[in-house]
Amino acid sequence: MQPLTNKAQAVSRDPMTFWERLYLINIIKGMFITFSHMFKKQPTTRYPEEKRAFSPVFRGLHVLNRDEEGRERCTACGLCAVACPAEAITMEAAEREIGEEHLYREEKYAAKYEINMLRCIFCGLCEEACPKDAIYLSETFAPANYTRKGFIYGKPDLLIPNPMTEASDLALARGVEA
Amino acid sequence: MTILAFDWGLVIEKLILIAVVVFGSLGIALYTTFGERKVAAILQDRPGPNRAGPFGLLQPLADGIKLIMKEEIIPTAANKWLFILGPALAMTASLMTCAVIPWGSDIELFGRKIALQIADINIGILYVFAVVSMGVYGIMIGGWASNNKFSLMSSLRAASQAISYELAMGLALIALLMTTGSLSLKTIVEQQIQGNWWNIVYQPLGFLLFFIAALAECNRTPFDLPEAENELNFGYHQEYSSMKLGFYLFAEYINMIMSSAIMASMYFGGYDLPFFDESTVAPNIAAMIGVGTLLIKIVLFVFLFMWIRWTIPRFRYDQLMNLGWKTMIPLALFNLLITGALILANL
Repeated sequence: MQPLTNKAQAVSRDPMTFWERLYLINIIKGMFITFSHMFKKQPTTRYPEEKRAFSPVFRGLHVLNRDEEGRERCTACGLCAVACPAEAITMEAAEREIGEEHLYREEKYAAKYEINMLRCIFCGLCEEACPKDAIYLSETFAPANYTRKGFIYGKPDLLIPNPMTEASDLALARGVEA
Repeated sequence: MTILAFDWGLVIEKLILIAVVVFGSLGIALYTTFGERKVAAILQDRPGPNRAGPFGLLQPLADGIKLIMKEEIIPTAANKWLFILGPALAMTASLMTCAVIPWGSDIELFGRKIALQIADINIGILYVFAVVSMGVYGIMIGGWASNNKFSLMSSLRAASQAISYELAMGLALIALLMTTGSLSLKTIVEQQIQGNWWNIVYQPLGFLLFFIAALAECNRTPFDLPEAENELNFGYHQEYSSMKLGFYLFAEYINMIMSSAIMASMYFGGYDLPFFDESTVAPNIAAMIGVGTLLIKIVLFVFLFMWIRWTIPRFRYDQLMNLGWKTMIPLALFNLLITGALILANL
């Protein structure tokens, strides 16, 4: 076979010479190799203090979007739930009442919207399926939890802060995400 | 301090010395475990333990607290009495070695001349050998009392390994004893201080054999077959938990320190700081310098042990036995012969 790199070396089957059979010289050589590693740069990232940036296409936890006026964009059409290969998304739709126009963008909204983060495979198909720009995958990942129930994220966990009333929280969330 | 025709000052002085040496070696062993993890990490391009305290310096305390707080389990099928005796014996045997090590020259306190050695017995090296071979009983008893196949296998390995390598170790030492003419460690160190060279110059092959045998005696890599994780799970201390396991792990580190101290004393001049005339400073300061020198030598040896551990893979059992019986012992005998011939020629 054609070697793919020029690093390939044939294994020597020659009987060992006296010096090789002593082992000591090769052991000392090996010890100098490990010693030289004392002065090498450590590739370790000291995690909680130092964080590696995610790639721009990272698919993390979902967020439910609001428009500029702070109204929920989701209309509970269910396309995300249909697109989801892991069947992680469930929702219940409700009709907007008079006087709730400042809460929901359109006449129909999701009264309940749940994503099971243990089922989710973070493929991003919900994001692609959404016709209303309502669901996005952010750049954080689900933190640990004590119970399985804790991994079922409801609307309060998913919705982004309201840009009208909680502008500072939103800026903070954006800053952490970036 | 002479009551009932007996010098009680001697008793007090020795008791203090024993306490200092025992607790000192326990403390050093505590930090050797930390050192081991740090050395391993640095040799493998990792930072190592760095969470507990500054630079992770409180890590050994955290480890100790963890070991004490863990549940103590004695398997129902185990022989309870021997199961407890095993780690106790391992620990005692490794601590007993420190009795004959000369830690420094004499110091003068309250008008008394105090030797920095618990007991300067004239058969010091024989005592060390006797105690070190006791250590294998701790492993044997622990492995047998666990009533576990792997533990028993491992303790059998440990015993056969210790016996095979003690022979080579003893033979390598006899060559040294032929040149020094004394079994007392203090005398051997004094000779090296007064003579021109350390014993390593006269006995390079002997030292190499002794060092390799010491690695095997301490069950350190590349001879850590008794705790070969991949074939015997965890070896002889597999069934142990809590501080009894801690004692076994601790005993290994104390053994390492003690064999380093003995190697430093016998081949590397003990508490002798080279190119420095001790008589130019006050005797107490000279003694302290000596203690510091010996400690530095011990640390260097312990580092060597660790360096080897994180470089070389473990030997196979048949390789171990071949090396022990077919290489080490003939070489030791050859070394003995050459030493004898050289002594005769010098006469």
